[in-house]
Amino acid sequence: MIELSLLLGFPAAGALVAAFFGAGRRGPELNALCSLATLLAACALTVRVIGHGQVLLAHEQFFVDPFNVFLVALTAFVGFTTALFSRPYMRTEVVHGRVTAGRLRLYHAMYQLFMLTMLLALTTNNMGLLWVAMEAATLSTVLLVTLYRTPQSLEAGWKYFILCGVGIAQALFGTILLYFAAERVLGAEGVTALLWTHLDAVKGELEPAVIALAFVFLLVGYGTKAGLVPLHSWLPDAHAEGPTPISAVLSGLLLNVAIYAVVRCKVLVEGSLHSPVPGRMLMGFGLLSLVAAAFFLWRQRDIKRLFAYSSIEHMGIITFAFGLGGPVASFAALLHMTVHSLTKSAIFFVVGHAAQKCGTPLMDGIRGLVTVSPTIGWGLMLGALAILGLPPFGVFASEFLIVTTAMRDEPWTAPILLVALGIAFAAIFGRVQPMVFGETSARRLPHAPALLPVFVHLAIVLVLGLYVPPYLADWYRAAARLVGGP
Amino acid sequence: MSLVAFKPLELLTQLIEILVALAVAPLLTGWVNQCRAWLANRRAPSLWLPYDNIRKLFEKEAVLAAGASPLFRVAPYIVFATMVLAAGIIPSMGTRLPLVAAADAIALVGLFATARVFLSLAAMDVGTAFGTLGARREMMVGFLAEPALLMVIFVASLISATTALPAIAEHLATQSLGLYPSLAFTAVAFTLVLLAENARIPVDNPATHLELTMIHEAMLLEYSARHLALMEWASHLRLFNYACIGFALFIPWGVATGTVGPLALAFAVPVLAAKLVLAGAGLALIETVSAKLRVMRAPEFLATAFLFAVLGLLVHVLLRA
Amino acid sequence: MLTAPLDLQLLNACAALLLLLSFAMLSQRRIVSLVNLLIVQGAVLTCATLLLAWRTGQSHLYVSAALTLGLKVVFLPWLLHRLIRRLEVYWDTEPLLNVSGTMLVGILTVVFAFALAQPITQLAATTMRSGIGIAIAVVLLAFLMMITRRKAMSQVVGFLSMENGLFFGAMSATYGMPMVVELGIALDVLVAVLVLGVFFFQIREQFDSLDLHHLESLRERQ
Repeated sequence: MIELSLLLGFPAAGALVAAFFGAGRRGPELNALCSLATLLAACALTVRVIGHGQVLLAHEQFFVDPFNVFLVALTAFVGFTTALFSRPYMRTEVVHGRVTAGRLRLYHAMYQLFMLTMLLALTTNNMGLLWVAMEAATLSTVLLVTLYRTPQSLEAGWKYFILCGVGIAQALFGTILLYFAAERVLGAEGVTALLWTHLDAVKGELEPAVIALAFVFLLVGYGTKAGLVPLHSWLPDAHAEGPTPISAVLSGLLLNVAIYAVVRCKVLVEGSLHSPVPGRMLMGFGLLSLVAAAFFLWRQRDIKRLFAYSSIEHMGIITFAFGLGGPVASFAALLHMTVHSLTKSAIFFVVGHAAQKCGTPLMDGIRGLVTVSPTIGWGLMLGALAILGLPPFGVFASEFLIVTTAMRDEPWTAPILLVALGIAFAAIFGRVQPMVFGETSARRLPHAPALLPVFVHLAIVLVLGLYVPPYLADWYRAAARLVGGP
Repeated sequence: MSLVAFKPLELLTQLIEILVALAVAPLLTGWVNQCRAWLANRRAPSLWLPYDNIRKLFEKEAVLAAGASPLFRVAPYIVFATMVLAAGIIPSMGTRLPLVAAADAIALVGLFATARVFLSLAAMDVGTAFGTLGARREMMVGFLAEPALLMVIFVASLISATTALPAIAEHLATQSLGLYPSLAFTAVAFTLVLLAENARIPVDNPATHLELTMIHEAMLLEYSARHLALMEWASHLRLFNYACIGFALFIPWGVATGTVGPLALAFAVPVLAAKLVLAGAGLALIETVSAKLRVMRAPEFLATAFLFAVLGLLVHVLLRA
Repeated sequence: MLTAPLDLQLLNACAALLLLLSFAMLSQRRIVSLVNLLIVQGAVLTCATLLLAWRTGQSHLYVSAALTLGLKVVFLPWLLHRLIRRLEVYWDTEPLLNVSGTMLVGILTVVFAFALAQPITQLAATTMRSGIGIAIAVVLLAFLMMITRRKAMSQVVGFLSMENGLFFGAMSATYGMPMVVELGIALDVLVAVLVLGVFFFQIREQFDSLDLHHLESLRERQ
């Protein structure tokens, strides 16, 4: 209980403190410190859950099991490293004049608030509160996307707000329908009808017609937040126009939380319907996202948009894997969630500094990074190779597992997967290569870039690709069992 | 259903009903003008002015254009006849009269359509610019008003499970009092259609002769003497008929539903008069507070009417209310 | 047609009014009138909640009604009116589709919504189960309004109308959600409008207008 209160309390306190002191000289340090405290609380919670199994806390309002605790740990970790990265990055942005000190205060406060809402969404047991937290996460980042106040960022922020708002409203309707179905079985006294643990226990008795309709709305709603095609049009703009630390957490963390919400619902729906339709829907959306994103990658000229589409692609892969179901595919999906978060945030870190150095986010303007700053250049190269699924990085392991499972269970999808992955590989690698090598026009940065997080992330991904520690593997397997079913 | 099957008493009652309708219709128009004048703080012309107009017109000599075809000469009689027939069909005073039982609401709409067609053809017959203009506009309004009217009748017949107007009236008369949103919406739709079909503000100004704004008046420009008198009387009758359809659909209490006879009418006629007084005042109020729409906005107006009728239908289907 | 008791008739009348208000919002061109229609919608919702609370005796519905009154009838419209005055955005005269076309599509949407609501209506055990179809219709009409409008303010009104529809749906199907969830949703809506307020000023500062036509420049060429 104490770990959970600390986990949620630190970001809340951090947001308050940042609202007053975030513009000061030490604002970024405060931010990083708060994130470190959150990370420590998350580790404590993880140790507790791994040791004692799943926990129900605060009158069953919070539920932490192996599935969401690893996401909590991941969120806290990437939140911390991003806060570290944002220290020199935002200071450089202030020097370049793109952000004022007052806006920095807003930035820090919203950043902590965003962490709080994501952690709340991950740990709550109440499906209604899950919805509230998801909407709050969107709201806390809208003003961050428009931080630079350029026309493009305003447009991106508006699209983000409206499209995600409308999508989330569909999810609310799905939640209402879920409550409606649950009420018939569990009764309406108190809030038990919306608690996931209770719903999970009675999922076989929930009315199939209503649950099917609810799932459609929930999938459309939370799928919009996860960036599934065709509900994705807000994603490239929002991820590309905000400050890079925000792109990193949006791509790396918020998409995971949205997929988490979809999977929680899918578990309930499969238990109620006893049909492969929910899985197939997820597979369909996943494949569509993967293929569409792979093609869209070719048309990108802005480096952050390129990697935003790459996020859509990987979310498609994860959704597809969750749709396949079964222990292996679910394990692979969870592993993929982890490595994608780490790799994508690392890429965004590097990309952010590269864009700052060259003064433009357009790929045509970024050249020869390795000559002026070997760490940034090689960081980008390695990151791109990692996200493209080259062995021995972790992404290769998870993609390999997913493709082999697909070949075994749904053979017709395997060629589509491979072709799409190949197209994405060619598109990204073809763009990254000239950026890293060649003549350069980059300049020095006023503050030394924070590249330690990048290499830490990539190192973890490498390790996971080579050797998954047994306790981690058990952890994933337990989570996969919860998600994928027997 | 031949007329000889009815008793002479019933036929007499029917005749009395038609004569009452003929007599009262111009009075209704006079009353509406009176109310409008009161609301506009003017002195009104006499209530009996429409009668005077008709009488004067009958005394004059008819003048026809050189190129007028027989259609032009016959049209006023046909229009007048359809209006009289409609007055006989609508259960304004009783529901068991012979003609009333003869036709259903859709046939009634067909009668009105016939009148409109002949009016428009006659207007175009002489070949003047105003006539054609008026005929085109009238057809546009009518083309959109008819579906709205049909939808109104459709909703009413859904509620009563029949399209025979007397049956609808009787069904509603026997309902207990209550809030029926679907009927409320349909009533609004019907009012809008009434305003459009009878050339009232906001669709058309019955007193104007400006080219920019005329619809109904434009079609009557070529007529004179007895032809014009018949046309004028027919438009008074048309307003009366529409009002009575409205009463039958929405406030049918007071209509004689039992055995037929002149005595039964004796109670129905004052009730009808009271309803007409209120309806006329209401119409004058609507005309006073509305501005006339531009002609190209008339389709939007009628689309609103259609929408209200459809809403009434949907609300009835969903809420059973 | 059996005559239902008076409160049920009033509830049906409220539901019918909600539908009518959604259509009225679809055709309205003055933004001030749009916000006023939103106020009326909130008031009708409050009445319906109170009637339902009185009829079923569930006390948490009284709290719900108070929340709706405070937020959707008083505070949010006041906020929106203030925004309209300060931003001086009064008209929204260029919809994507003309009024008659929008109305026709609206009718088709309502029919679709009613069809969608059929299975739920049959299963529901609440008094107002026929209101579920109306709730879905209101949500879809608000969505239609959002996609056919150009001014940002109209889209916000559409968004809030959608929330109203969802609230009514929750009430009809399940006598409202658990209190904590409702409070959370209310908080979200409030924060959303506040964020939007800030956002509008940013947009206006940049573009000198709240016409969304200016916000369409980001395309795939980048």
